[in-house]
Amino acid sequence: MGNFSDRGVKGSIDWRLVIYYLLLVIIGWINIYASIHSENPTSIFDFNFRCGKQFVWILTSLGLATLILFAINSQFWRSASLPMYLFVLGLLVLVIFVSKDVKGSHSWFEFGPVKFQPAEISKITTSLLLASVMSQTNFKITRLKDFLLTAIIIGIPMLVILAESETGSALVYAGFIFVMYREGFSGWWLFGIGMAVLLFILTLTASPYISLLVLVGVIMAVGVVCSGKTGAVFWINLGVLALLCLMPWILEKTVKPDSFLDKVKPMYILIGLCVCAIPYFFVKGYRDRKRYISISTLGLIAGIALVFSTDFIFNNILQDHQRKRIEVLLGMKEDPSGVGYNVNQSMIAIGSGGLTGKGFLNGTQTTFGFVPEQSTDFIFCTVGEEWGFIGCFVVILLYVLLIWRIIVDAEKSREAFTRIYGYCVAACIFMHLFINVGMTIGLMPVIGIPLPLLSYGGSSLWAFTVLIFIFIALYRQEKKYY
Amino acid sequence: MTTEGNNRSRVLLIGLVVAAVIILVKLFYIQIVEDKYKINASNNSMVYDIIYPTRGIIYDRNGKIIVSNKVTYDILVTPREVTPFDTLMLATTLDVSPDFIRDKMAEYDKNRKKIGYQSMVMLKQIKPETYMKFAELQYNFPGFRGQVRSIRDYPVNAGGNLLGYVSEVDQKYIEAHPGEYRPGDYAGKTGIEAAREKDLRGEKGYHIYLRNSRNQIEMRYKDGEMDKEAVPGHDIVTTIDADLQQYGQQLMQNKVGSLVAIEPKTGEILSLVSSPGVDVSMLADISQHYNEIIKDPHKPMFNRAVQAPYPPGSVFKLVNGLIGLQEGTLNMDMAYPCSHGYHFGNHKLGCHGHRSPLKLEEAIMMSCNGFFCYVLKNILENRKYKSIDESLDKWHDYVQSFGFGRKLGSDFPAELGGTLPTSKLYNKRYGKGGWKFTTIISISIGQGEVGVTPLQIANLAATVANRGWYKIPHIVKASEGVEIEPQYYERQYTMVDTTNFKKVVKGMWRAVNNGPGTGCTAAIAEVKGLDICGKTGTAQNPRGADNSVFICFAPMDDPKIAVAAYVENAGFGATWAAPIASLLIEKYLRGETSRPDLEKRVMEGNLMSRVKAYK
Repeated sequence: MGNFSDRGVKGSIDWRLVIYYLLLVIIGWINIYASIHSENPTSIFDFNFRCGKQFVWILTSLGLATLILFAINSQFWRSASLPMYLFVLGLLVLVIFVSKDVKGSHSWFEFGPVKFQPAEISKITTSLLLASVMSQTNFKITRLKDFLLTAIIIGIPMLVILAESETGSALVYAGFIFVMYREGFSGWWLFGIGMAVLLFILTLTASPYISLLVLVGVIMAVGVVCSGKTGAVFWINLGVLALLCLMPWILEKTVKPDSFLDKVKPMYILIGLCVCAIPYFFVKGYRDRKRYISISTLGLIAGIALVFSTDFIFNNILQDHQRKRIEVLLGMKEDPSGVGYNVNQSMIAIGSGGLTGKGFLNGTQTTFGFVPEQSTDFIFCTVGEEWGFIGCFVVILLYVLLIWRIIVDAEKSREAFTRIYGYCVAACIFMHLFINVGMTIGLMPVIGIPLPLLSYGGSSLWAFTVLIFIFIALYRQEKKYY
Repeated sequence: MTTEGNNRSRVLLIGLVVAAVIILVKLFYIQIVEDKYKINASNNSMVYDIIYPTRGIIYDRNGKIIVSNKVTYDILVTPREVTPFDTLMLATTLDVSPDFIRDKMAEYDKNRKKIGYQSMVMLKQIKPETYMKFAELQYNFPGFRGQVRSIRDYPVNAGGNLLGYVSEVDQKYIEAHPGEYRPGDYAGKTGIEAAREKDLRGEKGYHIYLRNSRNQIEMRYKDGEMDKEAVPGHDIVTTIDADLQQYGQQLMQNKVGSLVAIEPKTGEILSLVSSPGVDVSMLADISQHYNEIIKDPHKPMFNRAVQAPYPPGSVFKLVNGLIGLQEGTLNMDMAYPCSHGYHFGNHKLGCHGHRSPLKLEEAIMMSCNGFFCYVLKNILENRKYKSIDESLDKWHDYVQSFGFGRKLGSDFPAELGGTLPTSKLYNKRYGKGGWKFTTIISISIGQGEVGVTPLQIANLAATVANRGWYKIPHIVKASEGVEIEPQYYERQYTMVDTTNFKKVVKGMWRAVNNGPGTGCTAAIAEVKGLDICGKTGTAQNPRGADNSVFICFAPMDDPKIAVAAYVENAGFGATWAAPIASLLIEKYLRGETSRPDLEKRVMEGNLMSRVKAYK
């Protein structure tokens, strides 16, 4: 990518990012028009309708972008990051007490006709503070103190947003783990979190036994990867594991009901083996000075604990509606009318689009109001129905290009602040994209968060505009140093 | 760091692409591979036929149905699909005037852009017979169709106000319950229908049909796999005894007031009459009768039993007596004189002629005003408290613990709490230090600033019947799938010890059973063997003749029912309220009356001419 623009013509803007941004915003606007379109031909500029309002939001967003690019010194963002973070945190807490209940969540400020969600701005301020803290020269994420500081900066707004019952927005903050990973956080943590999610799902959908077998298998594989050899112990263990896999089947075939052996559950044997193995591996890890053994053993304990507390977490910690959404997603319960209704309708809408879609304004599922929240959280349905797979492909591609470009630019930055902020922006957009689109096509549970730049709504559009353009401004500043 | 960072950035970029590919694969699957989500012909679309759930049935405590459903039909029209038709034929089929149809069609034409392909409800709740006629001729009228709708049906005439009505939701109601209702839906608006709307309404379902390019409905979409069946509403079992309720309504007919009966041990409301009330025959189709009901000067929609703040009159003496006993300013051996009332300065609070002096038991039996003036005087001028302000507020707390001056917390959404004075009120009115016991003497006999609902005094009767506690009166029983709040199972104790309650019961027994001519106030309520204990009240009504009040419970030792009767402008407590309550108790405990003459007199008594209508 060594074209001339990289070579530091004074203060040039990365126009590619701006173009991706504009394309997405315009696609959003057109689809909002389509989603509210009925037989009644209204103008796309009609302020009485959402498309007209969105036009106003777009214009004001462009105004904001201009302001950020040309009027505000980009050094400001770094120096003001802490006060801004604290101020927005204050708003996040305040909104819990003063807001009206909107479908169970308390997250909107209302000033007459204008509404806004502080959780949207909080993404920006959290990113700025993270970038500012993590870019300090003596910062090392692997040091416990620094790690905790990072966790607190991310965790506090996340918890407050959870308290507002905006699970979706809170989940976005989990994306910052990618930023931490980029800055040196161990990849095993990402792996561990992935495993935890997998075990949770397996325990719910299959059985704790299977999920434990998978856990043991994965830990053995990790052992092989880390030690780089497969000794006799490994082969013995593998044999035992294979035997355990077959055990339920063998027991069912051979043992008569009510006999003594019937009381021997494979689960007990597995647990017994684990209980014997854990002290052995601890001692071995300590004696051989092999950290990976100790850590895998800890992982095994944590995994077993998770498997056995899954039911408790699922039934006692999650709220009713969250539990239902997960049950539907995992196919544990058929519920095409209740919770499944939205997903079903949105999948029908998208699926009915086929390869090329039904054409602009010809969607039937989205415009007749079968799909809920069609211009906000489910705007992707309109894209899917009217523009088909090709349209969806283009939209996803644009997002990927946008995120890709941000990451590439971030990597090129000399200042750690710009790089880390860039990763934060990329993580936020990615999380929104994956959760939102994933929800409309049944990959994720129904979690209400907007699709960046496409969904109707001023506070979301403004927030993403500011988020992205601060990065463009920072990156432009970078180039002046060449 | 840089190479390590580059490495990691590569991992993240790969992750990004993998995530995007996962999304695209799934999209490819649902948009191109799987045809479960596709509708084949290019112009087809789905038509949603809404299936309305049947509303839950309401039972009385003995399993008798008091509200059920019956079938009617709505006529729907989809203006886009209408072709020119014979207006006159349609009008005769549907039993409406041709102009009605012409007006409607003109209206749809005017709003055609807004309506689009939607169906509009043209006629509501037509009879099945009319619908049958229409169904035969339906092929003549493309674009018109019928839709089944169930409406409320009332097999017995019991408790119009109590049950409440169901009617179509308006815009305001839809906005107040976001996401729950759409235009054309029905919802309970008052009474049990409103309080238990969430249980009763059930869930709407729909059938999905496919419409071909010529706008004709062709077939079930995916053989109905994506359809949703309607879920019927939960049935509700009430605590009401339908027979008793009906009997109570008969007793109260042509009178203004309330009659409330509670089962003391459980707090379950056995009957609750507010007279004049809404007849159940009007409830099913309330919109037709709405103007008539609103214009009625006696306000039948006003549920007096739980909303009207009446002066309790002498039944309130029980409360003051109990407070006196608890505070130690009164005991069973104290006797006070009464010479046709309580004299103070140049004024007196009058009383009827009876022997003097009296002790508490006989003071209750004879309802002596003078005695209870002393009772309240001693409470308010108790040296224990620094000022009358403090003692009055203590008195207020006592009274409130009986459930007065606040909502009891029953399951009537419209329940009100009545009024109860505090020192703040009097300080505001008379200035601090500007009032003393004699200023507020009328509250000693339940007049003045004390306002209570009939439900609250029925609850007082239940509290005395239980000798010191009550359970919050309620009208819905727990049944399968329907829970009631746990507080309805809890005993609520007053601030007066249970031992003191035993002391007033004897007086109440003697008020009814001491025999005529002995000075007892409610001999008319006596039923041999039932041991009714009662207290009369005659409350002044600034709008004409006194109100007649009576509370009672029976039998004395194992109370099964507690009753409050409140009849506006009916005179002495013993004249109307006592016989009404007594007849109700006898009906409940014995199943029939031993006093047909009294029953006849009560049922035929018409006091409406005495009542001034509200304007």
